[in-house]
Amino acid sequence: MIFLKLIATNLRRHHIRSLISVAGIAFSVAAMLTVVTILQGAIGMFSRILSNDSEVIVFERDVSDLFFSNVPADAAAQISSWSIVAHANPVLFGIVSSEGHPIITCFGVTPTDARIQKAEWLLGDRGSFARQTDDVVLGSRAARFLSATFGSRVQIGHATFHVIGVLKTANGFEDGGVFMPLASAQSFFHKEGTSSVITVKLRNKDAIATFKNMIAAKYPDLTALEDVEFTRSYSQFRILKATAWAVGGCGLLLGGLGVANTMIMSVFTRIREIAILRVNGFSHMQIGGVIFGESAVVSAFGAVVGLLFGTCFLYALKLIPALDGYVDTNLHPLLVLIVLMLALLTGVAGCLYPAVYAMRVRAVEALRFE
Amino acid sequence: MRVGLEFDETRPVALRATDLWKSYDEGTVAVLKGVDCEVFAGQTVALCGPSGCGKSTLLHLFGGLDWPDRGLIAVNGVEIDRHSNLLRLLRHEVGFVFQLHNLIPDLTLAENCLIPTVAAGIDRPTAMTRLGELAERTGLSHRLNHRIQKLSGGERQRTALCRALMNRPKILLADEPTGSLDEKTSSIVFDLLLDVVAAEGITLLMATHDRSFARRCDRLVEMHDGKILEHTYAS
Repeated sequence: MIFLKLIATNLRRHHIRSLISVAGIAFSVAAMLTVVTILQGAIGMFSRILSNDSEVIVFERDVSDLFFSNVPADAAAQISSWSIVAHANPVLFGIVSSEGHPIITCFGVTPTDARIQKAEWLLGDRGSFARQTDDVVLGSRAARFLSATFGSRVQIGHATFHVIGVLKTANGFEDGGVFMPLASAQSFFHKEGTSSVITVKLRNKDAIATFKNMIAAKYPDLTALEDVEFTRSYSQFRILKATAWAVGGCGLLLGGLGVANTMIMSVFTRIREIAILRVNGFSHMQIGGVIFGESAVVSAFGAVVGLLFGTCFLYALKLIPALDGYVDTNLHPLLVLIVLMLALLTGVAGCLYPAVYAMRVRAVEALRFE
Repeated sequence: MRVGLEFDETRPVALRATDLWKSYDEGTVAVLKGVDCEVFAGQTVALCGPSGCGKSTLLHLFGGLDWPDRGLIAVNGVEIDRHSNLLRLLRHEVGFVFQLHNLIPDLTLAENCLIPTVAAGIDRPTAMTRLGELAERTGLSHRLNHRIQKLSGGERQRTALCRALMNRPKILLADEPTGSLDEKTSSIVFDLLLDVVAAEGITLLMATHDRSFARRCDRLVEMHDGKILEHTYAS
């Protein structure tokens, strides 16, 4: 009890300094949580685009980005005919800009694609998709920012298209995208006869290994990966994840330095008090324990405040119309645990030097010091 | 010079210093120059002498707070050195009272007194019982939950005495315990100190400038320039 009281007393004595340290950790945790959650959400959305009613993705081997992948169109037809395949849909990804909108994601899809068949159509009829080459369907957010509706014509890149429908999906990328018939997209992006990927659903999930072997044998320039496998190994995702953790880590490091600074000041200003504890029988470990305890309390409190702050910030971002659908506010429990553990570790690491310093205080010298 | 043997050779030696040398600033400032001293169990001994003669240093060496450059120290018959169990010494064998009370200002009187029991891992009920006894004896029962800032100088020094005795040490090392108090309060605190050590059978080694207090101890040891010059016994 006295042990805890000593910890609380020291934190309360310099409460402004303690609060600044708590704020440092809290902001670091909030930053890490926000950055990682947003990026993981973005990666998740992109993964869901690929895995829409499918479990395997086929794309060009050794490409750095799926936008550069070229899969022969006839491959989709061939793969569809394999007995182990339920369906195979070619998808062409493209990015164009139009006035006031630097990035518009385009999806070249076939009428049987799950995006067309399973999305909620707010306007138009899904049966009418791909009847005309200049027909497009807009995601609801794309319709909003392009100020387009059913029947209107929209300028996308260098061409004008006829809007034959508006659909709503939960995926921010798709909801802000433009869906055009595959052939139109191939022509528009000068990728005749190719798609970016083929999304494949198998009749039996256990046949994935067989399917991969068949792809390797029949199409040596292509590779087939399970959705999860793709998300894990895709270099762009890995770079994004590494960046997110690095940015968050830097934030946390700064928070840790704040704790270190506070703890150093805290130890330096109560050398005499530490000596008193020593004279009264406190061991080096017990004195170190008081310092570690203070740091742990600051870090834990900062982590909890940061968690709350980060969550609120994510929800606030979600309320911004421009980000609607792009921000995933689902905090993964493992992420929360990792961030909390990192915050605690950072705080504890930050007090290593002050704790060692306190443990080495020589009572006889400290008591002479006024 | 060996002093103290005349007190009562049948009693065990509580504190023994043999040819003790201590210097500071890399040997340039010699503080103790071959001190030999024995204090018997239950004896009250006053160390007198001018400032800087080595009284405090001798107390620190006996309490394991510092190390001699040369010589031997034994506490309750056990020689102590850098490899000794100093925590045991500080937690159970000796208690310290300093000129300044050295209490933690943000804690209450009771919390300050409980610090040694926390260090020694003594259970709370036992610690509270002991605190009750000492508070009663030192007249601080009504101040247990008061913060140190609210206490008078005398009360603070009595609190320091309580804290030093919490773990029932056999030896009390007091470094000018009344040095920061006025004459009247000094007298009260010193009377209390003698009462308590007598009641608990504690060995007291006290550095003091106050001759009148020193003469009330069993023995007065005179120090000068790092050496023990003479000793006087109470009549």
